[in-house]
Amino acid sequence: MTRLLELLAVGLSLGMLYALIAMGFVIIYKGTRVVNFAQGSLLALGAYAVARIAPSAGFWAASVAGIVITVAGSLLIRFLLSRARGHDHMALAIATIGVDVVLTTELTRRIGPDVLSMLDPWGAATVRLGGVTVPQARIAAMAVAVVTLGLLLMLFRYTGWGVAMRAASADAEAASLMGIRLGRVATVSWMIGGALAAGAGVFMSTFPSAGLDSHASTIALAAIPAIILGGLDSTHGAIVGGITVGMAKSLTAGYGSELGFLGAGFGDVMPYVLMVAVLMWRPSGLFGTREFIRV
Amino acid sequence: MSDRTNLVSRVLPAVGLILALMVPFYLSGFWLLLGVMVMAAAIGAIGLSLLVGTAGQLSLAHAFFLAVGAYAYCWFAGAPGPGGGGITLTGLELPPLLAAVLAVATAGVAGLLFSPVAGRVRGLYLGLASLALVFLGQHLLFNLSSVTGGFNGRGVPELSVLGFELTGRDPELTLLGVPFGDRERQWYVALVCVVVASVFARRVLAGRPGRALVLMRENETAAGVVGVPVSRYKASAFVLSSMYAGLAGVLLAQAFQRVVPEYFGLVLSVEYLAMIVIGGLGSVTGAVLGAAFVTGLPSLLSHYSGLLTFLAEPGTSGVDPAVAARLVFGVAIVAVILLEPGGLVALGRRLRLAVRYRADAAGPGDPGSPPDPVGHSALPPQDMTTASS
Repeated sequence: MTRLLELLAVGLSLGMLYALIAMGFVIIYKGTRVVNFAQGSLLALGAYAVARIAPSAGFWAASVAGIVITVAGSLLIRFLLSRARGHDHMALAIATIGVDVVLTTELTRRIGPDVLSMLDPWGAATVRLGGVTVPQARIAAMAVAVVTLGLLLMLFRYTGWGVAMRAASADAEAASLMGIRLGRVATVSWMIGGALAAGAGVFMSTFPSAGLDSHASTIALAAIPAIILGGLDSTHGAIVGGITVGMAKSLTAGYGSELGFLGAGFGDVMPYVLMVAVLMWRPSGLFGTREFIRV
Repeated sequence: MSDRTNLVSRVLPAVGLILALMVPFYLSGFWLLLGVMVMAAAIGAIGLSLLVGTAGQLSLAHAFFLAVGAYAYCWFAGAPGPGGGGITLTGLELPPLLAAVLAVATAGVAGLLFSPVAGRVRGLYLGLASLALVFLGQHLLFNLSSVTGGFNGRGVPELSVLGFELTGRDPELTLLGVPFGDRERQWYVALVCVVVASVFARRVLAGRPGRALVLMRENETAAGVVGVPVSRYKASAFVLSSMYAGLAGVLLAQAFQRVVPEYFGLVLSVEYLAMIVIGGLGSVTGAVLGAAFVTGLPSLLSHYSGLLTFLAEPGTSGVDPAVAARLVFGVAIVAVILLEPGGLVALGRRLRLAVRYRADAAGPGDPGSPPDPVGHSALPPQDMTTASS
């Protein structure tokens, strides 16, 4: 029982982090119709910047710097994509894969075989809550995620930018004719997307994980089942999908010995199995906009 | 002018083929191996280009289907026995040529199994969904160790016909004073495969299915209305591209002589995407050019790393040839999409037009009309879809 509770707690905290990453994908997609495959390398960039700056400036200042650097990086990608001839969304997505290759290669080279520490204030400390042991860093991550996601949902609902983004995502052409500045919607979407990636990158590299290693940019790929489960253009879907993926991973890994017939490391594959199952049933995810075609 | 174009389009491939046939008599093992790898990659890239460029369906699963082809061949043709790391391998010991055909078919079946998703899910969603196959594939390759040999991989049986090794050294053979070892033989096998694969792809694209796929890419509803069975065509395009990948996998396995799971990861999928984008989406020639660029670059950089002093030794923290190659093709993907979405093929076409314009302008009399501006549509259809219409 304790074990199940513990796995659920770990799954929930992991799930909230996936929700942050998934939200980054979804916001950029809603604002610009681009699937940003470079989200993974932005995540690694943020964490790398924090790990390099923290020894001299401390964790908090480094985190701010890391977020600023990552936002600058995502704005650079937005600028590059805006230079593209034509606006074929598949071509733009492929261009982000190119950016990802460059950034990941460079970061991997710089990190090398090292495991970089975030020098965060929580370290390896844990808390016992009703018989369940949870790392402090994960509790902090959950708190940050809940606050960030809550603020974002309010932003979409109540601010002018949020309305503009929803309008742009529903019908970019009509929104543009109604006077919504698509360029500004896109810029803010990329900024938020970058900041979310950086934040998730930092928490993904704190305890219980050992630190930032050269595989960091693949972490964001693990959030892809989350956005497909929820639906590419659904912010609520990103949260539900993220938590589902976190839970699935945690439970499959936790009961790995009982599920031994599925092979070692099945926990990492489980989200993809779920994703394919959902796609067979609903091709645009659980909460994604279904496309209706009228002739 | 059309006579000249016709002549060029007929003569050029023939000259290329003759040159390709002569290569093994003049070049050394390194170049032959590189050539075999490029040709194998070209076949895989043609398949992916059919899917992404023509049908407009993004797929990142290509590495998975390459793996299916490579490992299925090893399993069908391989002998049971002890593998590395205390693993007992299984195998059917079928005749290698039959095994190769079955391997391509297996890749097709694997594509077919995914077709409930591939047929219904469109564009970017499919690109994301296809990631599942890469990760699932890696998991299977590491865990189905009696088939794949697990972490250590598995040796690749030689391709042979009635005891004559098509890709090996047995029996020994010398032609015109040149000893015909495994690399020379692999070169010809790969050449035959790449010619057949590209001719077949051109036929498919120039015919009914090709036109239907282009129409589907442009407007799915319109395609449905004029009677194209959209889901079935999408699924078929996916299966066909998987079979191309399967064949590429069999040939690559011959070149490597040992297949290991690590090779068939996401990086490989991205490399294939890079090939078709850099070469020019939706074009057979582009796929071949892109395959040569992406496959050749790392090998060439490491081969000439002695001359390229700015490159570091592998294993040090500097920019080694592999890293440099990855940086170059990452930048190339972005640059192609930003500057010339038609890729190398469109660049070549533009260059040809510019040269012809100059020649016409310099010539006496007829000033000639200025060449048509080359369009910047992201997916140039000229090369294969309208060629024969």
